[in-house]
Amino acid sequence: MSAVPALIAYALREAIRRKVFVVVVVLTAAFLVLYWLGARQAYVEARSFEGSTDTGVDIDTLTGATLFGLSMFATLFLGTVLTVFLTLGAVRGDAERGLLQPLVVRPVGRSAFLVARFLGAAAVSGVYVVLVYAAALLITEAVGPWSPDAVVGPALELAGAVVIVTALSLLGSIFLSATANGIAIFMVFGAGLVAGLLGQIGEALDSPTLVDVAEKTSWILPFEALYQDGLHRITEDTRGFTEIALQLGPFGGAQAGGSSLVAWAALYVVLVLGIALAAFARRDL
Amino acid sequence: MAAALEARGLSKRYGRNQALAGVDLEVGEGELVGLLGPNGAGKSTLVKIACGLIRPTSGTAAIYGQPAGSPPARAALGYLAELFRFPGWYSADEVLALHQKLAGSSGGAAERSELLGLVELADTRERRVEAMSKGMQQRLGLAQALVGSPRLLLLDEPTSALDPIGRRTVRELLERLRERGIGVLLNSHLLSEVERVCDRVVNISGGSIVAAGRPDELARARGVEIETATGVRSFPEAVREDAPELVARLVAEGERVYGVRVLSTTLEDTYLRAVEGETG
Repeated sequence: MSAVPALIAYALREAIRRKVFVVVVVLTAAFLVLYWLGARQAYVEARSFEGSTDTGVDIDTLTGATLFGLSMFATLFLGTVLTVFLTLGAVRGDAERGLLQPLVVRPVGRSAFLVARFLGAAAVSGVYVVLVYAAALLITEAVGPWSPDAVVGPALELAGAVVIVTALSLLGSIFLSATANGIAIFMVFGAGLVAGLLGQIGEALDSPTLVDVAEKTSWILPFEALYQDGLHRITEDTRGFTEIALQLGPFGGAQAGGSSLVAWAALYVVLVLGIALAAFARRDL
Repeated sequence: MAAALEARGLSKRYGRNQALAGVDLEVGEGELVGLLGPNGAGKSTLVKIACGLIRPTSGTAAIYGQPAGSPPARAALGYLAELFRFPGWYSADEVLALHQKLAGSSGGAAERSELLGLVELADTRERRVEAMSKGMQQRLGLAQALVGSPRLLLLDEPTSALDPIGRRTVRELLERLRERGIGVLLNSHLLSEVERVCDRVVNISGGSIVAAGRPDELARARGVEIETATGVRSFPEAVREDAPELVARLVAEGERVYGVRVLSTTLEDTYLRAVEGETG
C-alpha cells in the first residue's frame, strides 16, 4: 500500500489543477463574508424586536442558533460541492479520458487506487468542513453572545456527512459518466435534505407518516441524519419558550440521531466502499 | 519456463458482439510478436485482457504463468494503451516518478534518465505533458511502459502518432529490448514496421486468428517478371530458382534481357488476403 500516498497526491494535484480548490475558496470566502454581515445585522434587528415585547424567549439564543444552523447547512453544502468535484469522474470519467488505465495496470491495482481516491477526497473535504464550521462559529460568537451547547460533536458529524457523500460519489463514478454522476449525487443530497425537512414538518404537524418517511430516509442516507443530529446538538441544553421557538424555525426541531447513528454511519461508509471495490474489480476498462 | 504471454481459448463477448472467439496465442521470452488486424478485429481487447483491464468471457491468459490481472502478472508487464493520456500538468520526469512509485521501482532518477534517453526525450524531462506534441507524448508513454524493467511489453499502436524518425527510434528500441530478453506484443496498423521488426506475425480478424507465422513464412512466391526488348514477360508459376533458366531460355530465343524481378507477396498482401472477408 506504499503507493497509496502517491495516488492521493496525484488526485489532489489534479483537483488543484482543475481549479476546484480555487472555486471552493472563493465560494467559502463569499459565504463567510455574507454570513458575518447577515449575522451582525440579524442580531441588531432581533434586539430591537426584543425591546418591544416580552415573550420569555432568549432572543440572542434564538438568533444565534438559527444563524449557526444556517451556517451548518451552508457548510455541508459547500463540503458536498468540494467532495463531489473531487470524485465525480474518478473511475469512468478518467477511464474515458485514458487517464486511468496506465495507473491501474500497475501492481498497486484497482483497490488501492479507489481507497486512495476515497482517503484523499474524504480527508480534504472533512478538514474543509471542520475549518468552515470553526470559522462560522468564530463569526457567530464574535457578533453575538450565544455559543452552541455542543461544539466538537456537530463539527465531526458534518465531516462524517461529507465522508458519506464522498463514498457515494465514488460508487457512482464507477457506473456513471462524470456529469451524470455529479447530477445524481446532488439529487441524492437534495433528496436527503428534503426528507429531513419533511420530518421537521411532520413533527410540527404531528404526522407519523411524514416522520416515518424522514426516519427511513435518514437510515438510507445517513449524511442527512448526521446533519440533523448536529443541528440538534447545538441547542440540546436549551429549554423553555426558547426551545419551542427554535423548534418552529427552519433549523430548529432537528431530530437527535440516537446512539446507533455514528456506528451505522461508519458501517454505511464501509458497505458503500465495499460495493464500490467489488464493482470496480469487475468493471471492464 | 512459462511463456511471457500465453492465451488459451480466449473469448470476449460484449452483448451480441463477439470481440474475441477462442484465441490461442503465445509470446515467448524475448520474442517480438506483431498483432495485425482491421479495426474491430479484437486486437485491443486481446491486449487489454492480457493487462487485466478486461475480463474474458471464457478462456485464460497468463503472464509468465501468473493469471492475467493478478498482481504478479501486472508486476511483470509494461503497457502502453492505444488511447492514453497523462495529466497535462505533470512533467515527463514526474510522470515517470509517479509510475516508479506505483510499480515499486527503486530505479530513482537514474532509471528515469535512462528511459527518457531511450525514447529521445532526455532534453525535455522538465517539459509539461501539455506542452508536448502527440509524438512526444507517445514516446513518453513508451518510457512509462518500461518503468520497473518489465519482462513483457504490451504495446497498443505505439507508433500511430510518430513521424518516420520517431518510428525508427521505436523500432530500434524494440530491437534492443528483444536483445535484453523482453517479450513484446506489438499491436500496430503499420504493416511495414511490423514486417521489419517482428519475429512472428499474427493476423486477427473477426475475433479469430486467421494467419500466423514468421514474416518470411507468410510471404509467398508470386512468380518472376523479366524485362525484355519486346516487353515484360511474366512467369506466374516460377520461383526464384527458376530465374537463371528462364533468362537463358529467353536469350537463346534471341531476346535481349534488361532486368529480372522475383515477385513475392508482402505482409500487406498476406494481411489483406487473410482479412478479406472482414473488410469486404
